This record gives sequence, structure tokens and C-alpha cells, in this order.
Amino acid sequence: MEFANRFHNVKATIGTPAALLLLALYLGWVVLASLQADGPAVITVDGSSTLFPITEAAVEEFQSSHRGRIRITVGISGTGGGFKKFCRGETDIQDASRPISLGEREACRRNGVVYHELPVAYDAMTIVVSRRNTWVDSITLQELKRIWEPSAQRTVLRWSQIRPAWPDVPLKLFGAGSDSGTFDYFTEVVVGRAKASRGDYTASEDDNTLVQGIARDTYALGYLPFGYYENNRQRLRAVPVDAGEGPCEPSRETVENGTYHPLSRPLLIYVNERSAARPEIRRFVESYLGAAGRLAGEVGFMPLPDDLYRLAAEHFRSGRLGTVFHAKAAGMSVIDLFRQDTTP
Amino acid sequence: MTQDMHRLIAGNKRRDRFFGWAGLAAMVFAVTILLLLLVTLGLEGGRRLSWEFLTSYPSRVPERAGILPACVGTVLVMLVTAVTSVPLGVAAAVYLEEYAPKSRVTAVIEINIANLAGVPSIVYGLMALGLFVYPLHLGHSILTAGLTLTLLCLPVVIIVAREAIRTVPSGIREAAYALGATKWQTIRDHVLPYSTGGILTGVIIALSRAVGETAPLITIGALSFIAFLPSPPVTATPPFLSVRWLFDPFAVLPMQMFNWISRPQEAFHLNAAGAGLVLMLVTLAMNGLAYYIRYRSRRRIRW
Repeated sequence: MEFANRFHNVKATIGTPAALLLLALYLGWVVLASLQADGPAVITVDGSSTLFPITEAAVEEFQSSHRGRIRITVGISGTGGGFKKFCRGETDIQDASRPISLGEREACRRNGVVYHELPVAYDAMTIVVSRRNTWVDSITLQELKRIWEPSAQRTVLRWSQIRPAWPDVPLKLFGAGSDSGTFDYFTEVVVGRAKASRGDYTASEDDNTLVQGIARDTYALGYLPFGYYENNRQRLRAVPVDAGEGPCEPSRETVENGTYHPLSRPLLIYVNERSAARPEIRRFVESYLGAAGRLAGEVGFMPLPDDLYRLAAEHFRSGRLGTVFHAKAAGMSVIDLFRQDTTP
Repeated sequence: MTQDMHRLIAGNKRRDRFFGWAGLAAMVFAVTILLLLLVTLGLEGGRRLSWEFLTSYPSRVPERAGILPACVGTVLVMLVTAVTSVPLGVAAAVYLEEYAPKSRVTAVIEINIANLAGVPSIVYGLMALGLFVYPLHLGHSILTAGLTLTLLCLPVVIIVAREAIRTVPSGIREAAYALGATKWQTIRDHVLPYSTGGILTGVIIALSRAVGETAPLITIGALSFIAFLPSPPVTATPPFLSVRWLFDPFAVLPMQMFNWISRPQEAFHLNAAGAGLVLMLVTLAMNGLAYYIRYRSRRRIRW
């Protein structure tokens, strides 16, 4: 009894610290070993939420054949937010719903980030009104400019101000928030300068909010990516846009044959050249380009012409760098741009 | 005289009944809204809830999409949060209640902790971005997310733990001191065991709030698409355990919901409702656990 007690005391005074020390050593080993262990390769993608569904689909297909060995993460920081990370070299691939801007090219150049630019699909920015709106049958680009330019703020407030034949009722505007690539591209094409827009409209980064708002309001007018219009046809009406050659309604055909112009836009991915040297990223990008046409159609966008995908894959293989969207490229046909020479 | 008294009593009774009705109305209002939320979520999300939904990866096909990575991510982030916020919070509370001298400095600290509990969660996210992600190079990892939510939970845990410690009668401490126990012995053998129930309840309530947090996790870069699970905690080679998962990218349930809600297709909105239902069930389970622990500890301790 006494011995047992003494033994207990010994255990309490020497045994516990020793056990704790051993445990600490073991845990230290675990942490060190985990820090040194090489995990599976990680490919980081970030950027546009518009392009997200296509990238998600491409990743899904690619990973089902490589599960466990290659990990791909996709974030949705928006085109602008994504480019900030991409030009710091933090991400491998950038999803963009508009071409890279001048400032972003400069940022990339400063950090020594060079990139491949690859088109993956078309989107048609769709001008929509509520199904209850009975008077609009088409709208011209000039009228859109008069509605959305910064000087229209607090002055163009009624439908009759756009076209005298339209009723004298309030005009309620809905559009993309200023962080989205949709906003950048729309303002560049319609107003003539990226990010130049009136501010007194209902802005949301969440396109479903815009769908709800426009569908419920007879006096509403807004712009949306085509996929959001297509899935809400019973509540929204697309307004044909007249760019000088007669009104043209957005549809797969008019976008693919180039008549829905200039509000159709290319969706692009940018691949960091240093990342492109890694074989798993090379394989992923090639499989992305190979499947993009089919996947784009599945998730609500328009596929590019087949030869443009071939051209893009060729550019990627031959290591062509830089952007084709130089000065005033918005509105030019994408395929023409990609056939032109590129400069890094 | 008696008439006046009767009138007074009748008036008071009327007011009493009126307040009873008003209280009932307020309660019915709150419960109805909660029930409506539950029913709509249940009706919309219930259809999607299945074993496959819980064990599949996200997908472009709404019917094939699931929440496995988001579930695992949520559980792991909460694990990190619990493991770090409980010892830190309880130790801070014990110090403030038992050791700290009652001075102006402690008063200032106390006020600050109470204030921190009310700071909007996005502020913690920004702070974590400027502390964990870049200077400490923890990246957009499970560890960063867990520590961020720890910041969020700590003030609440400290406040609740202090309340719980304060409910231990001082007679118990004095009795322990009278028997020659040191302060630490008293705390370890008496104060903490008696207040465990209260502390755990508070911890779980703080965690169940943190489970639904989106804003701070967006700022530190939580991802919305991940089709893999973090590294396994057990490995085949020595030392057989691994904490590599701490540094892995992650997705969480609220982010997955947000992603699905912003899709054009109606079917994805159903998925979001399903994920919301799962999140709600998790919160409900956690609150139930808190309730059970409180019940148990109250039954166990008699003084």
C-alpha cells in the first residue's frame, strides 16, 4: 500500500513531465513532417463570376479523370479583383469577362508576369425589360448611350425622353455593379469609355437580384449576361439592339454569326506563362480549350467558332504571349483580333 | 374605499392581461417568422436533401452537385476555431475573474472585450487578411479561416466564461483556501469543474454563430469551387499523423450557398436551399448540444 502510494508519487513527479515532453516532441515531428511533405499539385484559378460556370465545368471534367493527384481551386473575386491577384503572381489562371485593361497590363509588367490569352466562349450582353413592358420593340446604340452616359444622371428619367413615341412614365434602370467585368465592357462599348456610367441606377453584382427587379417593374430597363435572360424568358423580354444595321435580337445564331454586334463579348482565360510551364497546368488548359465549346453551351453561353478554339490552342502550344486587345479593340470581331499579330 | 380598491385591482388585472397578450403576440410573431423560414427552406431544400447530396462534389449539373467539400471544410474550420478559442478564452476569463487586480487597467480591458463582441464580422476578416494571410504567410488556408473565426468568437467566449465563473459561490473558494489549497488548485479542482457547463454552453453558442459567417471568410479568400478534400490527417509513413490539412484550401457551406444562389438556373437555387437546410440543422444540433450540456451540468452539481 505504501509502496503503491510512493510509486504513484514518483509517476506523478517524473512520469507526467516525461510523457508531456515525449508528446510535444512527437507533435513537433508531426508538424515538421507535414510542412515538408509535398501535397498534390494545386492549380489556382480566380476571377470573373460570369465565367465561373464554364471553368467549374472544365475543372469538373478534368478532375474526374485525375482525382486526387491534381487539385484545382476556383475563386470568384470578379474580373478586376482576380486580375489584381493574377498580376501579383498569386494565381495560375485568371477568368476574365473582358479583356485585360491597360492598368492591369502595366501591373503585370511591373511584376514580371507574362501571360497567354485564350478565348473560351461568347456572351451576349442582353438589354432586357419586363414582360409587362409593351412599348419597346428595339433600341439603338445611341439611345443606350444617352441613357447610360454619366451626364444622363438625374436628367434622363423618363421613357419619353429616350424616344418621344414612348410613354411619359418613369425610367427605372438596373445594371451590373462597378466591380464586375460586365460593367466594364458594357460602359466601354455603349458609353465609349470603360467605367464611365451614370450612378443613379440599381446596381448589383448578383445578376439574380437584377432579374427579380426588372421582372417586377413595368418601367425597368437593364442589362444582363445572356444566361440570366435565357433562364428567365418567361419573365423578361430581350430588346433587339440596333447598331446601325437594323435591330438584332441576341441569340446563339446572331452572336455566332457576328450580327449581334457590338454587345457580344468574348470570355477569356489568362494563363501565367510561368505556370504554363507546369505539365499539369498545360494539360488542364488544353483540355479546357478542347471542351469549352460544348461546356459553354451547357451552362448558358455561346461557343466560339471551332477554328477559333483551334487557333487558341495553337497559340498556347506555340507559346504566343500578351493580349490582342490593344487600343480600341472593343467591338471588333474576336476572330479577326486573334488572327492578327500579337505583341507581348 | 373598497370600490376604489376594486377599481384599482381591476385596472391592474386588465393591464396584466394586456401585457400577457402583447407578450404572446410578440412571441407568436417571432416564432411564425422562424417557422416560415424553416418551412420554406424545408420545402425547397428538403427535396434535394439526400445521401448523395451530402457526399458529392459540386458540379455544373445541379442534380449531380453536392456539398461534400463544403461540409468537410466547415467542420475542419470549426475544429480549428474550437481548439484555439476555448483554451485562450477560458484562460483569459479565469485570469480576469480570479487573478487580475481590480484596477483601472482591467476595467479598460473589460470594456474593450465587451466592445469587441459587437464589432462587425467583416472587420475581423480585414484584420485577418492583413495579419494571417500576408505577413504570417498562412495563405488562404483552413488554418487562416479557423483563426479568423477564433478572433470572432473570443470576446463572446471570454464574456460567457466569466459569467459562468462568477456563478461559482465564493464560499467554495474560501473553503478551498481554508484547507490550504493554492489559487490554481482551487480553480482546477473547483471553479472550472463547476462552471464547465456554463462555459461550454457559451462556447457552442459562439461557434454556432460563427458556423454561418460568410463575410470574414470572403475577405480572406474562401473559394467557391473545390472538388477535392483536404489532405488526410493520418498517413502511411511515420509519423503517421499529419497536419497538412491545416494549410489546404477550403470551401465552407455559406460560401457554397452564396455561389449557388447567384446562378441563373432555378435548380441551383434549390441546391442552395438544401445547403441552407444542412447549415440550419448543424446549428440546431449545436444549440441542442449546448442545451443538453447545461442540463447535465446543472443536475450534477449541488451546493
